Amino acid sequence: MIKLNRNIQPDINLVDKIDFFEPEVVNLDNGIPVYLIDTGIQDIIKIEFLFNAGSWYQDKLLVAKFTNKMLKEGTESYTSEEIAEKIDYYGAHLETSADKDMAYISFYSLNKHLDNTLPIISEVIKCPVFPDNDLEIYKQNRKQEFIISNKKVRYLARRKFNELIFGKNYPYGRLFDKDDFDRIERDDLINFFKDFYYPENCKIIIAGKIRKDMVNLLNRHFGGYNGSPQKINKKKIINIEPNISRRVHVKKDDAIQSAIRIGKVLFNKKHPDFLKLLVLNTVLGGYFGSRLMTNIREEKGYTYGIGSAVVSLHNSGYFFITSEIGAEVTQKAIDEIYYEIKVLKEKKIPESELDIVRNYMLGSFLRSMDGAFALSENLKGILEYGLDNSYNRNFIEIIKNISAEELRNLAQKYLDENSLFEMKVGK
Amino acid sequence: MIDFDKFELDNGLKVIVHKDINTPIVAMNILYNVGARDEDPDKTGFAHLFEHLMFGGSVNIPKYDIPLEKAGGENNAFTNNDITNYYLTIPKQNLELAFWLESDRMLNLAFSTKSLEVQRNVVIEEFKQSYLNQPYGDVWLMLKPLAYKIHPYKWPTIGKEISHIENATMDDVKAFYKKFYNPNNAILTVAGNVETRNIKKLAEKWFGPVLQETKYNRSLPMEPVQTEIRNLTVKRKVPFDAIYKVYHICARTDQEYHTTDLISDILSNGDSSRLYTRLVKEQKLFSEINAYITGDIDNGLFVFTGKLVNGVKMKDAEKAIENEIEKIKDIQVKDEELRKVKNKIESSLEFSEINVLNKAMNLSFSELLGDADLINQEKSKYSSVTIEGIHQTANEIFRKDNCSTLYYFAN
Repeated sequence: MIKLNRNIQPDINLVDKIDFFEPEVVNLDNGIPVYLIDTGIQDIIKIEFLFNAGSWYQDKLLVAKFTNKMLKEGTESYTSEEIAEKIDYYGAHLETSADKDMAYISFYSLNKHLDNTLPIISEVIKCPVFPDNDLEIYKQNRKQEFIISNKKVRYLARRKFNELIFGKNYPYGRLFDKDDFDRIERDDLINFFKDFYYPENCKIIIAGKIRKDMVNLLNRHFGGYNGSPQKINKKKIINIEPNISRRVHVKKDDAIQSAIRIGKVLFNKKHPDFLKLLVLNTVLGGYFGSRLMTNIREEKGYTYGIGSAVVSLHNSGYFFITSEIGAEVTQKAIDEIYYEIKVLKEKKIPESELDIVRNYMLGSFLRSMDGAFALSENLKGILEYGLDNSYNRNFIEIIKNISAEELRNLAQKYLDENSLFEMKVGK
Repeated sequence: MIDFDKFELDNGLKVIVHKDINTPIVAMNILYNVGARDEDPDKTGFAHLFEHLMFGGSVNIPKYDIPLEKAGGENNAFTNNDITNYYLTIPKQNLELAFWLESDRMLNLAFSTKSLEVQRNVVIEEFKQSYLNQPYGDVWLMLKPLAYKIHPYKWPTIGKEISHIENATMDDVKAFYKKFYNPNNAILTVAGNVETRNIKKLAEKWFGPVLQETKYNRSLPMEPVQTEIRNLTVKRKVPFDAIYKVYHICARTDQEYHTTDLISDILSNGDSSRLYTRLVKEQKLFSEINAYITGDIDNGLFVFTGKLVNGVKMKDAEKAIENEIEKIKDIQVKDEELRKVKNKIESSLEFSEINVLNKAMNLSFSELLGDADLINQEKSKYSSVTIEGIHQTANEIFRKDNCSTLYYFAN
């Protein structure tokens, strides 16, 4: 037997082939498009409703989130207790969430119980009544939760950073405060619901093992109503007006770590440089072996974790670096962050490093397309921007072919130190 | 149902293979049978610190992450009271690389001084970030030693105090490695579109030459039955009062484990659960409330945690929790309520089988508990829980002198 030579690494083969799944699209009778991802093995299903009803669309702070979260707290035929009881009884799971752009209602169930649970979901989507009593409880409890979160340096830094880069008046930068919870009224939710939760503003994604009668079931429960908006596209165009001072320090003298965020407003997925910036971002702070992680955690031990991200929003986008750092080494870590950015602008990324990043990203991409639920997440990310699989194909090409020179040029173009904002919360 | 094959190498490494043809990704999970409970009381937090050091280079591979990332893989690890678990996912064609990486760090570490120095700092920052710089972050630092007096569950996985991590030496590291990081103390699971005979070949090739060590025989002191009410009151800089109550329960492999788990589901799983509907929605005493079991391998805890609505008195809040406890002790649960929590379990077991990595982790852990096939028996064990069983177990657990309470006041 030949002695095993452990110094020789087994061969690596690049991820060369990724199968893109093309979902089937069916329109319900009232026009709601349904995207079907029928690749599941288990007899389970996820039904997700997407509405353009995120905080971007609200005139009063917190209304988008509250409308979304209160959908399951009572409808024309069911109380919130009855809804909870039925959903739990059939082992199903109903989750609602709203971010800056979108509102989601995600429903998970065993296929065999759908006939019992869909009538409830149908009411949640079509005729919530936002009962006063449930609303008061919800306001009270979320307000307390917010007051607790506000004691966390990381949470504070995230909030204040958005205000810093987008400005106090821009929808992505406007911050709610604890008093805003008290200002929410039932009528706010009723009106927001009427304005944004109607069929023309809705998409449905179904993922899992799809029953043959699925489209009929959906038509019965969601295809026969026609809510219509009171007002459409009423949003005034507002300009982004970032904070005048680029470096802001929120003092918290008892904090033993500081939370920092450094970054700036950029653009969204539709911009030709977006995907390229994802590669640059991965090099800087997008994976465990990234430069920030290697330098600031693995070389110096200043933090438990540091990372960066490029975020796409429907009407904008931004780049940020985030970390929580020991109070006594915070400035040193910040200096290292700017140093790493400077290096990206001045020196081409070595091919060996770029190779790691390309392969890591291709592997991640493969994982992001693995299984019905992952596929539905991927689809969501492109549907919201009116994109299709050509976006995914383009991404693969960019990962494989972008050059070190192009990445350096991108760093010079977008990561000028004088264009970056810095938020520090801590000592 | 998760089908699997199982074999053992001559050096004692247990290997489990699960075939799932529906994914281009393979998951590899290595469970080392060592957790915070195996630590020296004066060197706590060591199992977790050690987990960090496992990424600091092995005898033939200077940096664990780089080759894996280059192969399109991704990995992580966690440590708890009982185990240290390492896992990765990798495109199928590069699976052998995973064998190379994992077998090398089982063979021997590089024991770099620099890595120890840096990771000590990283873990200290983790300690600060998760336990000290968060409102209510220090709860378990206090609750564990209140509930456990003898058993090593009395310290949290992160460690009793930062100085234990600061004082870790290279000799400690080497001794720990020698004692626990051996093939005969590990369970390897591979899940994906793979054939058992190939996995066997790869396992023998890469892990076969790793020498076994003296078998570690765990003999931990049993926590004596608690016979007095234990209370601790603290004041902290937090916005609202909170209450934490814990009761001792059975071990993970005991008969009444599944019954105990369903009791916690009746009380607190979902928006229709008793604590949420009664104490949050009807009585408006808590802004949030939870009940769950820790699920530790040795005798664990039944935990209640609640944040009080502003203005509610601590004694009223506690009374309300105790009322619910009395109800589940005194009045038999209805058929329909039991059916509901069983349905929820059935569904969550089904959903847990979507993902190969999840399956690989569960198989390794079940094997540690005695048999990988235990994962396939979960559903029937939960479904055979009875109304009488719940009544009896609730009465055994919820004795006043089996309870430790932490009153956490805002100052």
